[in-house]
Amino acid sequence: MKTPMTNLEMRLAGYGGQGVLFAGRVIATAGLLSGREVSWLPSYGPEMRGGTCNCSIIISDDPIGTPLVVDPQIIIAMNKLSFDRFNDSIVPGGLMIVDDSTFAMEATRDDIENIIYPYAQFASDNDCSDEQGNPLGNLLMVGALWKATQFCSEDILDEALVQSIPERKTALLEVNRKALALGKGL
Amino acid sequence: MTQPQREAKRLMKGNEAVAEAAIRAGCRTYFGYPITPQNELAAYMSKRMPQVDGVFVQAESETGAINMVYGAAAAGARVLTSSSSPGVALKAEGISYLAAADLPSVIINIQRGGPGLGTIQPSQGDYFMSTKAPGHGDFKCLVYAPSTVQEMADMVGDAFEKADEYLMPAIILSDGLLGQMMEPVALPPIKDPADCPQHDWALTGTRGKRAPQEVNSLRLYPEQLEATNNERYAMYDRIKAKEQQAEMYRTDDADIIVVAYGASARTAKSAVDLARDAGVRAGMVRPLLVWPFPDDALDSLITGGTAKGFLTVEMSMGQMVEDVQLLVNGRLPIDSFNRTGGLVPEPKAIAERIEKLYKQTAEGGN
Repeated sequence: MKTPMTNLEMRLAGYGGQGVLFAGRVIATAGLLSGREVSWLPSYGPEMRGGTCNCSIIISDDPIGTPLVVDPQIIIAMNKLSFDRFNDSIVPGGLMIVDDSTFAMEATRDDIENIIYPYAQFASDNDCSDEQGNPLGNLLMVGALWKATQFCSEDILDEALVQSIPERKTALLEVNRKALALGKGL
Repeated sequence: MTQPQREAKRLMKGNEAVAEAAIRAGCRTYFGYPITPQNELAAYMSKRMPQVDGVFVQAESETGAINMVYGAAAAGARVLTSSSSPGVALKAEGISYLAAADLPSVIINIQRGGPGLGTIQPSQGDYFMSTKAPGHGDFKCLVYAPSTVQEMADMVGDAFEKADEYLMPAIILSDGLLGQMMEPVALPPIKDPADCPQHDWALTGTRGKRAPQEVNSLRLYPEQLEATNNERYAMYDRIKAKEQQAEMYRTDDADIIVVAYGASARTAKSAVDLARDAGVRAGMVRPLLVWPFPDDALDSLITGGTAKGFLTVEMSMGQMVEDVQLLVNGRLPIDSFNRTGGLVPEPKAIAERIEKLYKQTAEGGN
């Protein structure tokens, strides 16, 4: 990715249940642990009622104005709907990471970096699922983001994951770690 | 608003941070009723209050909740309720009774777009309701206007302290954006409820040791009611003289002064920087309380400062702008930037309006 990292603005988007908000929380926590300013803003409006979900994340060296990301440098799209909706919004030089497990997708812009991979399918094939059997494609995509940008140190990313998992779900830490490692390795 | 002994920063939603901070400020009584976008606040209280031997009640309605607040406040408890715009409107009668009975209490409004059921998206459409008429009759509430999750946490403690000092209700005027977003927050230190002010008028039972006393808002005799109203308004004047607070951002040499509070002030601040980059000397006054309004800060920029025009930025059709108009009183031009419906202003659009106003004032001056 060619855009500057001093003020990183991104959106994560997908269906409810794909772990969009949780993946965003891990990224934002990593920003906080890196000693930077961060904001995390979920969509909670009418679109949420339609089953889709997204969150805006800003990691910056400066105090953050509006937490709503309008001109993202990075989009993490967990389904085709999100790819279609946000692809044009990415600033030139930015990054699109998209999951094409369900629908085949092709990059439509050559002024951004495109990473297209069936993350959820790959997670499922490698026994990376939560207690309800949902594949942890979200954490693979966080891994892919880290590989493409190195937006924080590897230790901090792991600590961010540890801190983001609620107490009642600590049993899922290791499988999330595995998913993150798989994503970094792709 | 500096607090000693802060903990390491953690990532929290505004709704959760303000709830935890209220508990840390010694609040052990919460009464509420569900409504988006403030639900995380009540949910947090339902989990945390039992852990700290506090009281959480999901009331049968907003009206029920605010009257439980009245009861708890009359018993001397540090008490909180929260809701979002339509729900706060339902509390109006009870807030008036709290003010009339001189009862300290804190009401959090996580505003959403109106009128009516409107939308669950953020808004600042309750400025009038909070600052001009939080209920029937002549009274005021202290109205805090946080702009960050950190300020959500800090201001609720201040609100409790000042409500106790002046014996009146205080409102935290927040919105869906601040309630829903997560930011790093350093939570304030934990205060023992026993260290909160104890009031000798509190109705805690005579235990046969003192004469019965009452907390009441009924003043049937006209002279008596007018006397209490006059007394209360004299106190409001003291509050206006003492409690105004505003952040001044790049105002020292500014030609154009943006006035914005809460969530829209975040965007407005970015717009001020953009305008500066474009060569316009812009600055911002951000009221930390919207009642009392920071008249003195604004006035100093006209009488002793460089201001040539004002631009208000609000997520409403223009409500705070009327307080700016009252203060400016025709001395300088005022423009108003407004978004509603749950839409949040964008920095570029505000910056354009700053530049436009600057051009107008420059032409007018030549």
